Amino acid sequence: MSDALRAETVTITGHNDDEIEAYLARPLDAAPFGGVVVIHHMPGYDAATKEMVRTFAAHGYAALCPNLYSRQAPGAAPDDAAAAVRALGGVPDDQVVGDVDGAAKYLRALEGANGKIGVIGHCSGGRHTFLAAVSLPIDAAVDCYGAAVVTPPPAEFKVKMDPLIDRSADLSGPLLGLFGADDQFPTQADVKTLDEELTKLGKEHEFHSYDGAGHAFFAVDRPSYRVEAAVDGWQRIFAFYGKHLAA
Amino acid sequence: MCTYLTEKIALTGSGKGQQGWMGLTQATVYVDHAVHARFTHTLNIDFTNPDLGPAARLAVELTEESALALADAIHAALGAAPAGLTSVNQP
Repeated sequence: MSDALRAETVTITGHNDDEIEAYLARPLDAAPFGGVVVIHHMPGYDAATKEMVRTFAAHGYAALCPNLYSRQAPGAAPDDAAAAVRALGGVPDDQVVGDVDGAAKYLRALEGANGKIGVIGHCSGGRHTFLAAVSLPIDAAVDCYGAAVVTPPPAEFKVKMDPLIDRSADLSGPLLGLFGADDQFPTQADVKTLDEELTKLGKEHEFHSYDGAGHAFFAVDRPSYRVEAAVDGWQRIFAFYGKHLAA
Repeated sequence: MCTYLTEKIALTGSGKGQQGWMGLTQATVYVDHAVHARFTHTLNIDFTNPDLGPAARLAVELTEESALALADAIHAALGAAPAGLTSVNQP
């Protein structure tokens, strides 16, 4: 396998049949490849997220990140779009599910696709990953420090974000969870609660929490970056996808 | 941590952004990750005019000390001026 890839902005059909912007990267090798839907974090469809999309393509997956803020802020800079969406109270869960479903369909239809679909997201995208995995047929989901899966945000946050743990029985495929031991959203107690619930339900999952890491330890452009946790986390992500998204 | 905590107020005034001066109608104030400031978390303020689109935004990311000093300075400046001088119903 080479690491040659092609990356570009495309238009996909998202929730409610809306045409939305998305960033696609795909390997140039002819071998059959799995697909990965990358769900961007609350700061938006930004450069760091697009870099992750290209990283998956360099490792042999077609990866696609739908711009979840396409409707509210078409064509806006990622930080302006994120600010506009924050002021509007975020994006509704059903819209996210529809957009991820549209991205998965786009990836499955690519020439060379093997039909397997993974999803990954960080922070709010981690919660959206769990949401997608209990709502859609997903072959492998990676939740990186998704908040509000177990415990709702405090009332003073003034944001509507329903917990999802009650929907764990609907988890459609294996789940890899990567967390920072020092994170407060989610806390280690939240991680333990979800771990126990999935074990009780017999749902395949693998959780890792890193000491010395807090929230956003994968973010290479932020002071929260923790190199040891991030490097180990990426290795676990590729091992997990290698096992579950192979042809 | 991502707080999602957002205070939103309506306001009246103007600001200078990427495309020059514009009227401002709204501000959101929140504690969350910074886009540019070299800190994990900052107090962020977006002054906006949603009618002009998402790019109509003046954004600041401040440390806690800076934000509180700014709030004190606003109170001090207004307190030193005659009451109502800068009101929306000013004389």
